[in-house]
Amino acid sequence: MKIHIRQGRMIDPASGLDRVGDICVAAGRIVAMGEMPADFQPNQTIDAEGLIVMPGLVDLAVRLREPGNEYRATLESEMLAACAGGVTSLACPPDTSPPLDETGLVEMLKFRARNLNRLHVYPLGALTQKLAGERLTEMAELYDAGCVGFSQADFPLVDTQVLMRSLEYAATFGFTIWLRPQDNWLARGGVAHDGLVSSRLGLPGIPSAAETVAVMTILLLMRETGARVHLCRLSTAEAIEMVRQAKAEGLPVSCDVSIQHLHLSEMDLGYFDPNLHLVPPLRSQRDRDAIVRGLADGTIDALCSDHTPVDDDAKQLPFGETEPGATGVELLLPLALKWAQVSGLPLASALACVTSRPAGILGKTCGRMVDGGLADLCILDPQAWWKVTPASLKSEGKNTPFSGYEVQGRVRYTLVSGQVVYQD
Amino acid sequence: MSENPQLNADGSLRHLLTIDGLPSSLLTRILDTAEGFVAVNDQEVRKVPLLRGKAIFNLFFEPSTRTRTTFEIAAKRLSADVINLNISASSQSKGETLLDTVDNLSAMQADMFVVRHAQSGAAHMIARHVAPHIHVINAGDGRHAHPTQGLLDMFTIRRYKGEFHNLCVAIVGDVLHSRVARSQIHALTTLGVPEVRVIAPRTLLPVGISQMGVQVFHDLAQGLKGVDVVIILRLQNERMRGARLPSPQEYFRYYGLTPQKLAHAKPDAIVMHPGPMNRGIEIDSAVADGQQSVILPQVTYGIAVRMAVMSMLAGN
Repeated sequence: MKIHIRQGRMIDPASGLDRVGDICVAAGRIVAMGEMPADFQPNQTIDAEGLIVMPGLVDLAVRLREPGNEYRATLESEMLAACAGGVTSLACPPDTSPPLDETGLVEMLKFRARNLNRLHVYPLGALTQKLAGERLTEMAELYDAGCVGFSQADFPLVDTQVLMRSLEYAATFGFTIWLRPQDNWLARGGVAHDGLVSSRLGLPGIPSAAETVAVMTILLLMRETGARVHLCRLSTAEAIEMVRQAKAEGLPVSCDVSIQHLHLSEMDLGYFDPNLHLVPPLRSQRDRDAIVRGLADGTIDALCSDHTPVDDDAKQLPFGETEPGATGVELLLPLALKWAQVSGLPLASALACVTSRPAGILGKTCGRMVDGGLADLCILDPQAWWKVTPASLKSEGKNTPFSGYEVQGRVRYTLVSGQVVYQD
Repeated sequence: MSENPQLNADGSLRHLLTIDGLPSSLLTRILDTAEGFVAVNDQEVRKVPLLRGKAIFNLFFEPSTRTRTTFEIAAKRLSADVINLNISASSQSKGETLLDTVDNLSAMQADMFVVRHAQSGAAHMIARHVAPHIHVINAGDGRHAHPTQGLLDMFTIRRYKGEFHNLCVAIVGDVLHSRVARSQIHALTTLGVPEVRVIAPRTLLPVGISQMGVQVFHDLAQGLKGVDVVIILRLQNERMRGARLPSPQEYFRYYGLTPQKLAHAKPDAIVMHPGPMNRGIEIDSAVADGQQSVILPQVTYGIAVRMAVMSMLAGN
């Protein structure tokens, strides 16, 4: 299959490329950028005039809900949603049912994903067996089976000795441990940021210290063990500052934030909107400002969707009893664009947060658009407005705090390995 | 979801979920309406036909004696049909059943739900769910709100003190876990009470409470100095020992209202408590049963205030 993408605005955040030109794709790879070679015979021509052609997005947190939670969403539905969002590579957390703590489960997931033939799925293996926080999984074997890192997802790792041992063991092999920092005792029972809004609404709070205490512990243990750690979904200004200092010190730490935390704060909880029940909780406006700054200055490495499809039944409960999480893989791109526009950031810098920078955390070469490279591409209309509604989302999960928002930027085509996997 | 779900477009009351966000004029109207019902309660035939033929469901997911009973009496005096449902937490482990319950009762042509639930926001959720003609009254949701209690407390204060604009009111005890305290604070600040104090150890105060318009005290004697109204909050059994408080004895010693401590307040100060009381823990019997206590009148006025809320919701 040979595809000619004609006269698009080519943006490759990693190389700084930003100009109008043609891209030719053959045998899954980009074979020409700039002008179409005279002897290129395309089977398909995509007119990209007025559109942006960029590397496909790399999303560091997409819950595909398989195995075990197929009533919420399926591999098929969520991979389609990801493609519709322009995502061509994703990492999925191990909090499936059963969790991804055995090679057989990882192999089956990869096999199922490959058969659906849509996009690159990079599983995170469970750090501990059954995510119980007690015994290590067979990390080396899981790595060989295709896991790109190891994580507890949102399951607690209370025992700091297990945490230290897991970091030591991972450091032996050079694996990255992905941790969402949370002190389980301080967070216990909480459902919202311990601040003005939770005080007013009478919701049990999760103090910022639940995050900072955990980040401090992890950073200290990183120094001890030499392990590489990716901190997931930071939510507090203090934690971001700690990461800034740790990076300056040279610790091998990286971190990400979610689109929800980039755009919303505790003030958005309104009258107990269950779509705003998230982990970590939405924090204060001050924290949100720090996230916006940290992402712009590179302290925060990546922006992710933290895609978590939740069925309606699990959201139609009193706030504290609802299941946390928001669907979002289809909103990653428009909300990155919105952030760029609102904060006056160069487009390429914003797009790097959803392409080359997260790819670097995965240790993969995806998230770039180079001559000779894999043709994982997203072609979008940056001007097109659309309204976020349950019907506009391909995901089985309709639970998003952005429901009703008008967003700009619509994916027209998604190509994975040179194949059109999505067309609007 | 951002507009106030309690109010109709014309500013009239559709549901009563929280006092937070209600205008002072509306609170005053409720109190004025309640005045009229106090008279009804003193009549020989204590019944008016305002809610005849209406079906009111008391939906209590948490046990209650006082609140449920006074709601029942209030509804009956308005000639409504009252159905009490006490749904224990154990038989109702999942909330789908909660909305299913609500749907089923709505199908029985309910006109009003009076809801108590252990989770903050439960009444809001039900209000969002029900058909437009059904009204929801929050009879206490988690730590969030107990608006009729807040209103009956305001009614009591107004009866004894006449005005709000010259008062100093102190709320003593477990503000953190108290829906009553939150409703009182919103009501007092909305009605123009210039000085509202909260007195408690740090472990029983929510973050940022001072931004709700109150002054924070940790010393009972200091906090009571010169106050007109003392409101004592109930300390729940499970909070008496643990990480927030070492023992009920120590709590009583430092935060229990004794006649000696009460002497720091104005001589004509009144003492209130939403009940049920823990005598010898948050309040000394000598104070609870003393001259300055208006704890039992609070209960009596609760009926008139709940009659006022129900009749206003029904459009009277």
